[in-house]
Parts: sequence; structure tokens; C-alpha cells
Amino acid sequence: METYYRPKDLNKFGEIGKDAPELARKFFEYYEAVFAEGALTEREKALIAVAVAHAVQCPYCIDAYTQACLEKGSNLAEMTEAVHVAAAIRGGASLVHGVQMRNVTQKLSL
Amino acid sequence: MTNAVDQTENISTRYPNANSLIVEPFDRTLFQHNLTLTRGETTTLQINVGLLCNLSCKHCHLEAGPLRDQLMDAKTVDQVVDYATRNSFETIDITGGAPELNPRMENLIRKLAPLTSELMVRTNLIALEGAAWGKYISLCKGNRVIIIVSLPSLNEAQTDAQRGEGAFRRIIAALKKLNALGYGIEGTGLALNLASNPVGAFMNASQIQAEKRFHEILLKKWGINFTKLYNFNNVPLGRFRRWLQSKGELDNYLIKLAGLFNPCSISSIMCRTSVSINWQGYLFDCDFNIASEQYLSGSKIHVSQMDGLPACGLPVAVGEHCYACTAGAGFTCGGTITD
Repeated sequence: METYYRPKDLNKFGEIGKDAPELARKFFEYYEAVFAEGALTEREKALIAVAVAHAVQCPYCIDAYTQACLEKGSNLAEMTEAVHVAAAIRGGASLVHGVQMRNVTQKLSL
Repeated sequence: MTNAVDQTENISTRYPNANSLIVEPFDRTLFQHNLTLTRGETTTLQINVGLLCNLSCKHCHLEAGPLRDQLMDAKTVDQVVDYATRNSFETIDITGGAPELNPRMENLIRKLAPLTSELMVRTNLIALEGAAWGKYISLCKGNRVIIIVSLPSLNEAQTDAQRGEGAFRRIIAALKKLNALGYGIEGTGLALNLASNPVGAFMNASQIQAEKRFHEILLKKWGINFTKLYNFNNVPLGRFRRWLQSKGELDNYLIKLAGLFNPCSISSIMCRTSVSINWQGYLFDCDFNIASEQYLSGSKIHVSQMDGLPACGLPVAVGEHCYACTAGAGFTCGGTITD
């Protein structure tokens, strides 16, 4: 295997259903429902998805949802801000645990 | 203002009519779906008055631009008017280039307006300036012309990337002036429609959602009103095709378009009910076939030789570019397929 990630593999996502079709059917049905227009627009959901894709660092999702954002009318400024939201939450999540570090330190220190 | 494309571009491959072989030929896809694409009753006359434009937009299938001097002449304008008089069209749609750069436009608008209930004129809004712009818009207003403005994106950088630096701000300023003249304002009867193409190698947004968002943002940010938004996919011909090739994205784009082929789009596709005339007066099924040089019914028929409407049942000339009009919701007069 020359690389773990190949762009063409994204199109093979459906193959995941070959050995567990019922689970895949339920998952993809749910997935489709999640991204349909609801209280949030499809465009807003795509922006959330691209932010989450960066948080979980999935290259397939970044590729797919960058295109989805563009196709639903978002622009680079909006997508960049969405990625910053992901970065802020990821960074904040690390930093806020500093409180635990401080709690432990205070408990153990003179 | 800088144009989006270098004016010294090589235009020797202006009409790349060759199919890429990367996707199934369009006529074969129709056959596989047990479909035929034939002309219905013709209700729309589309007139392309020339390829001269102040802009060189990157997505332009006709490669219009400031160096293109092909303009419909006075004799052909008269022949087109005669044809429109001999027949009845619900809609007449004037396009280009930038139609307002053809000096015969005033004559054309005045003569066509009484012949149809819907006379539409495409404009980039920034081809004319000052008094010339005011005079042209007054002419449109006086003849109840529906104005269709190209606005690809609500984002300045994206719009300028397609249409040239500074285009967005000038379009916004012109839209405000049109509103002040009553265009796009409910109750005036002066329709101001927007046409939006994706600013790159991706598909267009849903017509309904995009229109809602354009209404919200244009009103909130700039106090601009408009009537309708039409959303179209970019067609892989001309300058856009060469841009795709230069990016190494042509195959991906064609595969994406073909993969989104929607058999339901065929019944209401625009080319079935419109006839397009190029700047020389020759007839085509649509403006894209002007770019691919595929004449109506496969023969070079001049408008002066055509008495009636194209016959119902005539096959529409098709090519790989047709996938742009059948992807997803499709490319219809209204931009969205209806049941």
C-alpha cells in the first residue's frame, strides 16, 4: 500500500455495505436525513460538516464537504471561519483541561 | 478594471467540439435511458447579438471579450425582427457578449417589444457607464424589458475571480441604481432577474435555497431587491473548458456532470422549446450549440430562409456539453425542473 489515503477510495464508501448491508442501509438512510434541509439549511449543515471534518481530520470528509460548501453557495471566507471554529474548539478543549492540571497541582502542592 | 482572463489568450481552440471520451456520449446515455431529445413547440426566441463584451469571464462558453468584434449587423437585425414578426414567441431573450455594446440594440428592443409578452435582455450591468448606461436602462424601462443580470456570487472575491477585478462593487452599485428606477421592486412590473453560475468546477446550488439566500443577503447588506434568481451549471465549452483543462479538472468535471444525469430533466430542458440565432443570423437549438457550432437540425439555415418555427419532433443536436443541462435539477427556462 503506497499510501493510506487515496482520493478514489471516497467513491467506494458504499462498498462498506457489502458485508453488513442492513447496518449500511440504516447508516446511509440516517446520513441522508441528517443533511437534508431542516431547521438548518443544507448550506449551514455543509459548513458544520466541513468544520467537523477538520476537527476529526478526515481527508475524505474535507474533500467532500469543501465541494459541498461551494456547491451550496458558501465562499472561502465563510469556510475559513468554519475551520477556525473547529480549531478554536479543538484548542479550547486542550486548554480548558488545564483547569484539571491546575486542580491536581493545587491539591498536591504546598 | 482588469478582465478575469488575459486578453492575449490563444483563441485558436475557441470551439472545442471534440468529445473527451471520458464519459459516455450523450446520445448513448439518452438511448440507455430509452429517451429521445426532440424539439417540442417553440415558444422562446433567443438572439445572440454578438460576442463583443467588456469582460472576459472565465466561465464564458462563447469566449466573449473586448477583442471579439463579431456583432449582428443592421441587415441581420432586420431579418431577425421579420422572423419574430412572422411568428409568435411568448419570450424573446437577447444575449451576447454584452448586448448593449451592439449599436443596433435600440432598434432591436423597440421593434421586438411589441411582438412578445416577455422581452428579456441579458447584461453584466457594467458594459456602459454614465449617460450611456442611463439612456440604455431608460430604453429598457420604457419598453418593459426584463433585465437579467449576471451575479455569480454574493462574495466579492468569488465574483471578481470569474468576472474581473472590481466587477462585484460596480455590479452592486448598478443594482442599487436599477432598484431606484423601480427595477426589482414589487408592484412596478419591472422585473430584475439574477443569473448565477458556480465560480469554479463544481455544481450549482439548489435554485430555491440560493434564491432565498441571495434575497436575504442582498437586502441585508446592500438594501438590494430583485425578482428571481436563475441558477445554471457551467457548460464545458469554450473558455471554461480550457480553464478546466489547464487545471487538470476537465475529466473530473465531466464525470461529475455525467454522474448527475437526471432522466427527468429531458422533458423540460430549455433547448426543446427555444430557437437560438447567432450574430450572423444562423439557427441553433440553444446558445451552447452556437459555441459548439452544431446547427439546428444539422444544417446551416439562415433566419432569412426560415418561414415558420422549427418543426416539432426534430432531433436536438447534442454533445458532451449537454450533460451540464441535465445534471441534477437541470437547465430549464426557470432554472429548476418542475413536475
